[in-house]
Amino acid sequence: MSVLVRIPTPLRTLTNGQAEVHAEGSSIRELIENLEGRYKGLKERLCEGKDIRRFINVYVNEEDIRFLQGTATPLKPGDRVSIVPAIAGGK
Amino acid sequence: MAKIKGLKCRECGRPYPAEPLHVCEFCFGPLEVEYDYATLQKIVTRKRIEAGPCGMTPLIRARNLADALGAKEVYIKNDAVCHPTLSFKDRVVAVAVTKAMEFGFTVVACASTGNLANSVAAHAAEARLKSFIFIPADLEQGKIVGTLIYDPVLVAVDGNYDEVNRLCSEVADKYGWAFVNINIRPYYAEGSKSFGYEIVEQLGWRTPRHIVVPAAGGSLVTKIWKGLKEFHGLGLIPDCATRMHVAQAAGSSPIVTAIRNRSETIRPVRPNTICKSLAIGNPADGYYAYKAVEESRGSAADPSDDEIIAGMALLAATEGVFTETAGGVTVAAAKRLLEDGVIPRDESVVLSITGNGLKTQEVVGGVLKPPLSIKPTLKSFDAVIAERPDLGADVVSRASNTRRG
Repeated sequence: MSVLVRIPTPLRTLTNGQAEVHAEGSSIRELIENLEGRYKGLKERLCEGKDIRRFINVYVNEEDIRFLQGTATPLKPGDRVSIVPAIAGGK
Repeated sequence: MAKIKGLKCRECGRPYPAEPLHVCEFCFGPLEVEYDYATLQKIVTRKRIEAGPCGMTPLIRARNLADALGAKEVYIKNDAVCHPTLSFKDRVVAVAVTKAMEFGFTVVACASTGNLANSVAAHAAEARLKSFIFIPADLEQGKIVGTLIYDPVLVAVDGNYDEVNRLCSEVADKYGWAFVNINIRPYYAEGSKSFGYEIVEQLGWRTPRHIVVPAAGGSLVTKIWKGLKEFHGLGLIPDCATRMHVAQAAGSSPIVTAIRNRSETIRPVRPNTICKSLAIGNPADGYYAYKAVEESRGSAADPSDDEIIAGMALLAATEGVFTETAGGVTVAAAKRLLEDGVIPRDESVVLSITGNGLKTQEVVGGVLKPPLSIKPTLKSFDAVIAERPDLGADVVSRASNTRRG
Protein backbone atom coordinates (compact mmCIF):
# COMPACT_ATOMS: atom_id res chain seq x y z
CA MET A 1 0.00 0.00 0.00
CA SER A 2 1.73 3.12 -1.20
CA VAL A 3 1.34 6.61 0.18
CA LEU A 4 3.09 9.79 -0.86
CA VAL A 5 5.25 11.42 1.80
CA ARG A 6 6.32 15.06 1.62
CA ILE A 7 9.83 15.49 3.03
CA PRO A 8 10.96 18.81 4.55
CA THR A 9 14.27 20.33 3.54
CA PRO A 10 16.27 19.22 6.62
CA LEU A 11 15.54 15.55 5.86
CA ARG A 12 16.22 15.62 2.15
CA THR A 13 19.87 14.78 2.65
CA LEU A 14 18.55 11.34 3.64
CA THR A 15 16.20 11.02 0.65
CA ASN A 16 18.76 11.87 -2.01
CA GLY A 17 17.33 15.34 -2.30
CA GLN A 18 13.79 14.14 -3.06
CA ALA A 19 11.01 16.40 -1.76
CA GLU A 20 8.42 13.64 -2.11
CA VAL A 21 8.88 9.90 -1.75
CA HIS A 22 6.62 6.87 -1.83
CA ALA A 23 6.49 4.53 1.14
CA GLU A 24 4.24 1.90 2.59
CA GLY A 25 2.44 1.19 5.83
CA SER A 26 -1.05 0.81 7.21
CA SER A 27 -0.39 3.36 9.94
CA ILE A 28 1.97 6.27 10.59
CA ARG A 29 4.01 4.03 12.87
CA GLU A 30 4.44 1.44 10.12
CA LEU A 31 5.15 4.14 7.58
CA ILE A 32 8.03 5.46 9.65
CA GLU A 33 9.50 1.95 9.94
CA ASN A 34 9.17 1.56 6.18
CA LEU A 35 10.83 4.93 5.56
CA GLU A 36 13.69 3.89 7.85
CA GLY A 37 14.20 0.76 5.75
CA ARG A 38 14.42 2.88 2.62
CA TYR A 39 16.27 5.88 3.99
CA LYS A 40 18.45 4.88 6.91
CA GLY A 41 18.60 7.35 9.77
CA LEU A 42 15.26 8.96 9.02
CA LYS A 43 13.46 7.40 12.00
CA GLU A 44 15.95 8.81 14.48
CA ARG A 45 15.36 12.25 13.03
CA LEU A 46 11.60 11.95 13.23
CA CYS A 47 11.19 10.20 16.56
CA GLU A 48 12.33 10.51 20.11
CA GLY A 49 11.72 7.09 21.59
CA LYS A 50 8.34 5.89 20.37
CA ASP A 51 6.93 9.36 19.85
CA ILE A 52 7.22 11.90 17.07
CA ARG A 53 9.63 14.66 18.13
CA ARG A 54 8.07 17.67 19.85
CA PHE A 55 8.91 20.06 17.04
CA ILE A 56 7.62 17.98 14.12
CA ASN A 57 4.04 18.03 12.92
CA VAL A 58 2.75 15.18 10.77
CA TYR A 59 -0.34 15.55 8.62
CA VAL A 60 -2.42 12.96 6.78
CA ASN A 61 -4.33 14.59 3.95
CA GLU A 62 -4.01 18.03 5.57
CA GLU A 63 -5.12 16.82 9.03
CA ASP A 64 -2.72 16.95 12.00
CA ILE A 65 -2.36 13.39 13.32
CA ARG A 66 -2.77 14.73 16.86
CA PHE A 67 -6.41 15.33 15.93
CA LEU A 68 -6.57 11.74 14.60
CA GLN A 69 -4.97 8.76 16.31
CA GLY A 70 -1.39 9.97 16.59
CA THR A 71 1.14 7.43 15.31
CA ALA A 72 -1.67 4.83 15.20
CA THR A 73 -3.51 6.89 12.58
CA PRO A 74 -4.49 4.46 9.79
CA LEU A 75 -3.38 5.03 6.21
CA LYS A 76 -4.98 3.96 2.97
CA PRO A 77 -3.61 3.82 -0.57
CA GLY A 78 -3.32 7.25 -2.12
CA ASP A 79 -3.04 9.15 1.18
CA ARG A 80 -0.64 12.06 1.33
CA VAL A 81 1.52 12.43 4.41
CA SER A 82 3.33 15.69 5.13
CA ILE A 83 6.17 16.11 7.61
CA VAL A 84 6.42 19.78 8.61
CA PRO A 85 8.70 21.52 11.11
CA ALA A 86 6.55 22.90 13.94
CA ILE A 87 8.51 26.08 14.52
CA ALA A 88 6.81 28.77 12.54
CA GLY A 89 4.32 31.55 12.89
CA GLY A 90 2.44 33.09 15.72
CA LYS A 91 2.64 35.79 18.35
CA MET B 1 33.04 43.86 17.48
CA ALA B 2 30.86 40.80 16.88
CA LYS B 3 27.98 40.55 19.30
CA ILE B 4 26.40 37.45 17.78
CA LYS B 5 28.19 34.13 17.82
CA GLY B 6 25.66 32.48 15.52
CA LEU B 7 22.53 30.39 15.90
CA LYS B 8 22.07 27.51 18.28
CA CYS B 9 19.44 24.79 18.62
CA ARG B 10 17.42 25.34 21.78
CA GLU B 11 16.93 21.61 22.14
CA CYS B 12 20.17 19.80 21.30
CA GLY B 13 22.60 22.74 21.35
CA ARG B 14 24.00 22.19 17.86
CA PRO B 15 25.58 25.40 16.52
CA TYR B 16 24.64 26.97 13.18
CA PRO B 17 25.92 30.01 11.31
CA ALA B 18 23.92 33.27 11.52
CA GLU B 19 22.00 32.65 8.32
CA PRO B 20 18.31 32.44 7.37
CA LEU B 21 17.76 29.13 9.13
CA HIS B 22 15.13 28.33 11.71
CA VAL B 23 15.11 24.64 12.59
CA CYS B 24 17.80 22.26 13.69
CA GLU B 25 18.55 19.83 10.89
CA PHE B 26 18.93 17.04 13.39
CA CYS B 27 16.15 17.35 15.98
CA PHE B 28 13.91 20.02 14.41
CA GLY B 29 14.27 22.17 17.51
CA PRO B 30 14.04 25.93 17.03
CA LEU B 31 17.24 27.87 16.38
CA GLU B 32 17.93 30.88 18.53
CA VAL B 33 20.42 33.71 18.27
CA GLU B 34 23.43 33.10 20.47
CA TYR B 35 25.06 36.28 21.75
CA ASP B 36 28.54 36.99 22.98
CA TYR B 37 27.41 38.21 26.39
CA ALA B 38 30.97 38.82 27.57
CA THR B 39 31.39 41.38 24.79
CA LEU B 40 27.95 42.86 25.38
CA GLN B 41 28.68 43.28 29.06
CA LYS B 42 31.54 45.61 28.17
CA ILE B 43 29.49 47.89 25.97
CA VAL B 44 25.87 47.79 27.18
CA THR B 45 25.16 50.18 30.02
CA ARG B 46 22.06 51.90 31.37
CA LYS B 47 23.45 55.22 30.23
CA ARG B 48 24.02 53.99 26.71
CA ILE B 49 20.51 52.53 26.49
CA GLU B 50 18.92 55.69 27.88
CA ALA B 51 20.76 57.75 25.26
CA GLY B 52 18.64 56.13 22.54
CA PRO B 53 18.15 56.63 19.63
CA CYS B 54 15.12 54.33 19.82
CA GLY B 55 11.78 55.65 21.00
CA MET B 56 9.44 53.69 23.22
CA THR B 57 5.74 53.05 23.56
CA PRO B 58 4.14 54.48 26.72
CA LEU B 59 4.16 52.71 30.05
CA ILE B 60 1.15 54.22 31.80
CA ARG B 61 0.49 54.11 35.53
CA ALA B 62 -3.14 52.96 35.28
CA ARG B 63 -4.62 54.32 38.52
CA ASN B 64 -8.25 54.21 37.38
CA LEU B 65 -7.95 50.67 36.14
CA ALA B 66 -6.16 49.70 39.35
CA ASP B 67 -9.10 51.09 41.33
CA ALA B 68 -11.54 49.13 39.19
CA LEU B 69 -9.53 45.94 39.63
CA GLY B 70 -8.93 46.50 43.33
CA ALA B 71 -5.18 46.50 42.79
CA LYS B 72 -2.52 48.85 44.10
CA GLU B 73 -0.02 49.28 41.29
CA VAL B 74 -1.09 48.57 37.71
CA TYR B 75 0.70 49.67 34.54
CA ILE B 76 -0.29 49.50 30.89
CA LYS B 77 2.49 48.88 28.40
CA ASN B 78 0.71 50.39 25.44
CA ASP B 79 1.79 48.93 22.12
CA ALA B 80 -1.58 49.91 20.69
CA VAL B 81 0.38 52.97 19.55
CA CYS B 82 3.42 51.15 18.22
CA HIS B 83 4.95 52.70 15.10
CA PRO B 84 4.01 52.37 12.29
CA THR B 85 1.10 49.86 12.38
CA LEU B 86 -0.25 50.07 15.94
CA SER B 87 0.74 46.67 17.33
CA PHE B 88 3.75 45.04 18.99
CA LYS B 89 4.44 43.26 15.71
CA ASP B 90 6.28 46.40 14.61
CA ARG B 91 9.00 45.40 17.04
CA VAL B 92 9.63 41.95 15.56
CA VAL B 93 9.19 43.02 11.95
CA ALA B 94 11.70 45.86 12.33
CA VAL B 95 14.31 43.25 13.22
CA ALA B 96 13.13 40.68 10.69
CA VAL B 97 13.06 43.02 7.68
CA THR B 98 16.44 44.45 8.64
CA LYS B 99 17.90 40.96 8.70
CA ALA B 100 16.11 40.02 5.45
CA MET B 101 17.78 42.99 3.77
CA GLU B 102 21.16 42.07 5.24
CA PHE B 103 20.75 38.58 3.81
CA GLY B 104 19.94 40.03 0.40
CA PHE B 105 16.31 38.96 0.10
CA THR B 106 14.08 40.96 -2.22
CA VAL B 107 10.80 39.37 -1.11
CA VAL B 108 9.50 39.22 2.44
CA ALA B 109 6.49 37.19 3.49
CA CYS B 110 4.53 35.99 6.51
CA ALA B 111 1.64 33.94 7.81
CA SER B 112 -0.47 36.21 9.93
CA THR B 113 -3.57 36.64 12.05
CA GLY B 114 -3.61 40.32 11.04
CA ASN B 115 -1.21 42.49 13.00
CA LEU B 116 1.84 40.86 11.48
CA ALA B 117 0.28 41.28 8.04
CA ASN B 118 -0.07 45.03 8.63
CA SER B 119 3.46 45.35 9.86
CA VAL B 120 5.22 43.25 7.23
CA ALA B 121 3.36 45.04 4.43
CA ALA B 122 4.23 48.46 5.87
CA HIS B 123 7.89 47.71 6.54
CA ALA B 124 8.28 46.09 3.11
CA ALA B 125 6.83 49.19 1.46
CA GLU B 126 9.27 51.43 3.30
CA ALA B 127 12.17 49.09 2.51
CA ARG B 128 11.10 48.83 -1.15
CA LEU B 129 10.76 45.08 -0.91
CA LYS B 130 8.01 42.97 -2.46
CA SER B 131 5.77 41.27 0.09
CA PHE B 132 3.51 38.23 0.08
CA ILE B 133 1.13 38.12 3.02
CA PHE B 134 -0.91 35.01 3.86
CA ILE B 135 -3.94 35.37 6.14
CA PRO B 136 -7.06 33.41 7.07
CA ALA B 137 -9.82 34.76 4.81
CA ASP B 138 -12.13 35.61 7.72
CA LEU B 139 -9.94 38.28 9.35
CA GLU B 140 -11.38 41.56 10.61
CA GLN B 141 -11.85 44.18 7.89
CA GLY B 142 -9.58 46.65 9.68
CA LYS B 143 -6.69 44.23 9.44
CA ILE B 144 -7.34 43.48 5.79
CA VAL B 145 -7.59 47.15 4.79
CA GLY B 146 -4.66 47.95 7.06
CA THR B 147 -2.60 45.51 5.00
CA LEU B 148 -3.88 46.25 1.50
CA ILE B 149 -3.11 49.96 1.79
CA TYR B 150 0.61 49.11 1.53
CA ASP B 151 0.01 47.24 -1.75
CA PRO B 152 1.41 43.80 -0.91
CA VAL B 153 0.29 40.56 -2.54
CA LEU B 154 -2.34 39.59 0.03
CA VAL B 155 -3.33 35.93 -0.08
CA ALA B 156 -6.59 35.18 1.75
CA VAL B 157 -6.59 31.48 2.53
CA ASP B 158 -9.81 29.54 3.03
CA GLY B 159 -8.70 28.04 6.33
CA ASN B 160 -7.73 28.87 9.90
CA TYR B 161 -4.37 30.29 10.97
CA ASP B 162 -2.85 26.89 11.68
CA GLU B 163 -3.67 25.83 8.13
CA VAL B 164 -2.24 29.08 6.76
CA ASN B 165 0.88 28.55 8.82
CA ARG B 166 1.36 25.04 7.61
CA LEU B 167 0.88 26.14 4.01
CA CYS B 168 3.47 28.86 4.51
CA SER B 169 6.00 26.38 5.87
CA GLU B 170 5.74 24.57 2.56
CA VAL B 171 5.72 27.78 0.50
CA ALA B 172 8.83 28.96 2.34
CA ASP B 173 10.49 25.67 1.57
CA LYS B 174 9.73 25.98 -2.13
CA TYR B 175 9.98 29.69 -2.93
CA GLY B 176 12.97 30.76 -0.87
CA TRP B 177 11.51 34.08 0.32
CA ALA B 178 12.24 35.70 3.65
CA PHE B 179 9.28 34.51 5.69
CA VAL B 180 9.70 36.66 8.75
CA ASN B 181 8.10 34.16 11.12
CA ILE B 182 9.54 31.06 9.49
CA ASN B 183 13.08 31.14 8.11
CA ILE B 184 13.84 34.58 9.63
CA ARG B 185 12.16 33.58 12.89
CA PRO B 186 15.29 33.37 15.09
CA TYR B 187 15.95 37.08 14.46
CA TYR B 188 12.30 38.16 14.28
CA ALA B 189 11.53 36.67 17.67
CA GLU B 190 14.35 38.60 19.33
CA GLY B 191 12.48 41.83 18.56
CA SER B 192 9.91 40.96 21.23
CA LYS B 193 12.54 41.34 23.93
CA SER B 194 12.41 45.11 23.51
CA PHE B 195 8.91 45.04 25.04
CA GLY B 196 10.44 43.79 28.29
CA TYR B 197 13.54 45.97 28.01
CA GLU B 198 11.38 49.09 27.79
CA ILE B 199 9.25 48.13 30.80
CA VAL B 200 12.38 47.82 32.91
CA GLU B 201 13.85 51.10 31.73
CA GLN B 202 10.53 52.94 32.14
CA LEU B 203 10.14 51.64 35.69
CA GLY B 204 13.49 53.18 36.57
CA TRP B 205 15.57 50.05 36.05
CA ARG B 206 13.46 47.73 38.11
CA THR B 207 11.26 44.82 37.17
CA PRO B 208 7.56 44.61 37.96
CA ARG B 209 6.42 41.75 40.17
CA HIS B 210 4.02 40.51 37.48
CA ILE B 211 3.59 40.81 33.73
CA VAL B 212 0.43 39.55 32.03
CA VAL B 213 1.05 38.68 28.39
CA PRO B 214 -1.37 37.56 25.67
CA ALA B 215 -0.28 34.40 23.89
CA ALA B 216 -1.04 32.92 20.51
CA GLY B 217 2.11 31.12 19.33
CA GLY B 218 3.72 31.78 22.71
CA SER B 219 6.75 33.72 21.48
CA LEU B 220 6.11 37.09 23.16
CA VAL B 221 5.94 35.82 26.73
CA THR B 222 8.99 33.66 26.10
CA LYS B 223 11.04 36.54 24.77
CA ILE B 224 9.99 39.10 27.39
CA TRP B 225 11.16 36.64 30.00
CA LYS B 226 14.41 36.10 28.09
CA GLY B 227 14.91 39.87 27.87
CA LEU B 228 14.52 40.32 31.62
CA LYS B 229 17.01 37.55 32.28
CA GLU B 230 19.46 39.11 29.83
CA PHE B 231 19.24 42.47 31.60
CA HIS B 232 19.92 40.73 34.87
CA GLY B 233 22.80 38.76 33.38
CA LEU B 234 24.33 41.94 32.00
CA GLY B 235 24.14 43.55 35.42
CA LEU B 236 21.61 46.19 34.36
CA ILE B 237 19.07 45.18 37.02
CA PRO B 238 19.77 43.72 40.46
CA ASP B 239 17.22 40.93 40.29
CA CYS B 240 14.70 39.27 38.03
CA ALA B 241 11.82 38.17 40.24
CA THR B 242 9.02 38.90 37.79
CA ARG B 243 6.29 36.31 37.47
CA MET B 244 5.07 35.82 33.89
CA HIS B 245 1.36 35.16 33.36
CA VAL B 246 -0.11 33.91 30.07
CA ALA B 247 -3.47 35.16 28.80
CA GLN B 248 -5.40 33.31 26.10
CA ALA B 249 -9.02 33.32 24.97
CA ALA B 250 -11.06 30.41 26.32
CA GLY B 251 -11.83 29.40 22.75
CA SER B 252 -8.14 28.98 21.92
CA SER B 253 -6.10 28.19 25.00
CA PRO B 254 -3.74 25.27 24.47
CA ILE B 255 -0.95 26.94 26.44
CA VAL B 256 -3.18 27.87 29.36
CA THR B 257 -4.50 24.31 29.43
CA ALA B 258 -0.98 22.90 29.56
CA ILE B 259 -0.02 25.28 32.38
CA ARG B 260 -3.18 24.44 34.29
CA ASN B 261 -2.51 20.71 33.87
CA ARG B 262 1.20 21.12 34.60
CA SER B 263 1.94 19.27 31.38
CA GLU B 264 4.79 20.15 29.02
CA THR B 265 2.83 18.62 26.15
CA ILE B 266 0.84 21.23 24.28
CA ARG B 267 -2.29 19.64 22.86
CA PRO B 268 -3.43 21.50 19.73
CA VAL B 269 -7.00 22.79 19.59
CA ARG B 270 -9.33 24.14 16.95
CA PRO B 271 -9.77 27.83 17.79
CA ASN B 272 -13.22 29.27 18.30
CA THR B 273 -13.05 32.82 19.64
CA ILE B 274 -13.75 36.41 18.66
CA CYS B 275 -10.08 37.08 19.38
CA LYS B 276 -8.71 36.24 15.96
CA SER B 277 -5.24 37.61 16.62
CA LEU B 278 -4.76 34.95 19.30
CA ALA B 279 -6.57 32.18 17.43
CA ILE B 280 -3.65 29.82 17.04
CA GLY B 281 -4.51 26.29 18.05
CA ASN B 282 -1.07 24.83 17.44
CA PRO B 283 1.37 27.25 19.11
CA ALA B 284 4.91 26.99 17.80
CA ASP B 285 6.44 28.30 21.02
CA GLY B 286 3.83 26.84 23.35
CA TYR B 287 6.38 24.61 25.05
CA TYR B 288 8.71 27.54 25.72
CA ALA B 289 5.85 29.72 26.95
CA TYR B 290 5.04 26.93 29.37
CA LYS B 291 8.68 26.86 30.51
CA ALA B 292 8.80 30.66 30.97
CA VAL B 293 5.74 30.49 33.22
CA GLU B 294 7.12 27.53 35.12
CA GLU B 295 10.55 29.11 35.60
CA SER B 296 9.14 32.44 36.73
CA ARG B 297 6.48 30.82 38.94
CA GLY B 298 3.75 32.50 36.94
CA SER B 299 0.30 31.34 35.99
CA ALA B 300 -2.35 31.59 33.27
CA ALA B 301 -5.97 32.46 32.63
CA ASP B 302 -8.32 32.08 29.69
CA PRO B 303 -11.31 34.45 29.83
CA SER B 304 -14.45 33.93 27.77
CA ASP B 305 -15.38 36.06 24.77
CA ASP B 306 -17.81 38.06 26.92
CA GLU B 307 -15.05 38.72 29.45
CA ILE B 308 -12.76 39.80 26.60
CA ILE B 309 -15.23 42.42 25.40
CA ALA B 310 -15.75 43.54 29.00
CA GLY B 311 -11.98 43.81 29.35
CA MET B 312 -11.73 46.03 26.27
CA ALA B 313 -14.54 48.23 27.58
CA LEU B 314 -13.01 48.44 31.05
CA LEU B 315 -9.63 49.57 29.72
CA ALA B 316 -11.29 52.18 27.51
CA ALA B 317 -13.57 53.45 30.29
CA THR B 318 -10.82 53.68 32.91
CA GLU B 319 -7.69 54.65 30.98
CA GLY B 320 -8.91 55.98 27.64
CA VAL B 321 -7.07 53.23 25.79
CA PHE B 322 -8.89 51.42 22.97
CA THR B 323 -7.25 48.04 22.59
CA GLU B 324 -8.05 45.18 20.27
CA THR B 325 -9.42 41.84 21.43
CA ALA B 326 -6.00 40.56 22.51
CA GLY B 327 -5.77 43.48 24.93
CA GLY B 328 -9.21 42.57 26.21
CA VAL B 329 -7.88 39.08 26.86
CA THR B 330 -5.00 40.53 28.87
CA VAL B 331 -7.21 42.81 30.98
CA ALA B 332 -9.77 40.08 31.59
CA ALA B 333 -7.08 37.56 32.49
CA ALA B 334 -5.49 40.00 34.94
CA LYS B 335 -8.89 40.63 36.50
CA ARG B 336 -9.37 36.92 37.05
CA LEU B 337 -5.87 36.39 38.43
CA LEU B 338 -6.38 39.26 40.89
CA GLU B 339 -9.81 37.98 41.92
CA ASP B 340 -8.42 34.48 42.42
CA GLY B 341 -5.56 35.80 44.54
CA VAL B 342 -2.96 34.44 42.12
CA ILE B 343 -1.68 37.99 41.70
CA PRO B 344 -1.69 39.66 45.14
CA ARG B 345 -3.50 42.99 45.03
CA ASP B 346 -0.60 44.89 46.62
CA GLU B 347 2.04 43.86 44.07
CA SER B 348 2.99 45.67 40.85
CA VAL B 349 1.43 44.36 37.62
CA VAL B 350 2.15 45.31 34.01
CA LEU B 351 -0.56 44.50 31.46
CA SER B 352 0.73 43.94 27.93
CA ILE B 353 -1.54 45.80 25.54
CA THR B 354 -0.28 44.60 22.19
CA GLY B 355 -2.71 45.97 19.63
CA ASN B 356 -5.15 48.73 18.71
CA GLY B 357 -8.94 48.51 18.99
CA LEU B 358 -9.51 50.38 15.74
CA LYS B 359 -8.52 47.17 13.97
CA THR B 360 -11.18 44.97 15.59
CA GLN B 361 -14.19 47.27 15.77
CA GLU B 362 -16.61 44.54 14.69
CA VAL B 363 -16.53 42.78 18.04
CA VAL B 364 -17.60 45.79 20.10
CA GLY B 365 -19.74 47.61 17.55
CA GLY B 366 -22.84 45.64 18.49
CA VAL B 367 -22.52 46.04 22.24
CA LEU B 368 -21.83 49.77 22.51
CA LYS B 369 -24.53 52.35 23.23
CA PRO B 370 -25.74 53.90 19.95
CA PRO B 371 -25.27 57.65 19.38
CA LEU B 372 -28.14 60.07 20.07
CA SER B 373 -29.73 60.96 16.74
CA ILE B 374 -31.13 64.50 16.52
CA LYS B 375 -31.95 67.31 14.09
CA PRO B 376 -29.48 70.21 13.93
CA THR B 377 -31.56 72.34 16.32
CA LEU B 378 -31.38 73.14 20.01
CA LYS B 379 -35.03 72.16 20.28
CA SER B 380 -34.26 68.67 19.04
CA PHE B 381 -31.35 68.33 21.45
CA ASP B 382 -33.43 69.61 24.36
CA ALA B 383 -36.13 67.10 23.55
CA VAL B 384 -33.73 64.18 23.66
CA ILE B 385 -32.18 65.38 26.89
CA ALA B 386 -35.62 65.77 28.44
CA GLU B 387 -36.43 62.18 27.51
CA ARG B 388 -33.18 60.84 28.91
CA PRO B 389 -32.57 61.95 32.50
CA ASP B 390 -30.11 59.04 32.79
CA LEU B 391 -27.65 61.03 30.68
CA GLY B 392 -27.09 63.47 33.56
CA ALA B 393 -27.10 66.46 31.23
CA ASP B 394 -28.17 69.09 33.77
CA VAL B 395 -27.66 72.67 32.61
CA VAL B 396 -24.87 74.22 34.68
CA SER B 397 -23.62 77.79 34.68
CA ARG B 398 -19.91 78.34 34.18
CA ALA B 399 -19.61 79.86 37.65
CA SER B 400 -21.03 76.77 39.33
CA ASN B 401 -19.14 74.30 37.18
CA THR B 402 -16.66 72.67 39.52
CA ARG B 403 -14.63 71.44 36.55
CA ARG B 404 -13.90 74.86 35.11
CA GLY B 405 -10.47 75.35 33.67
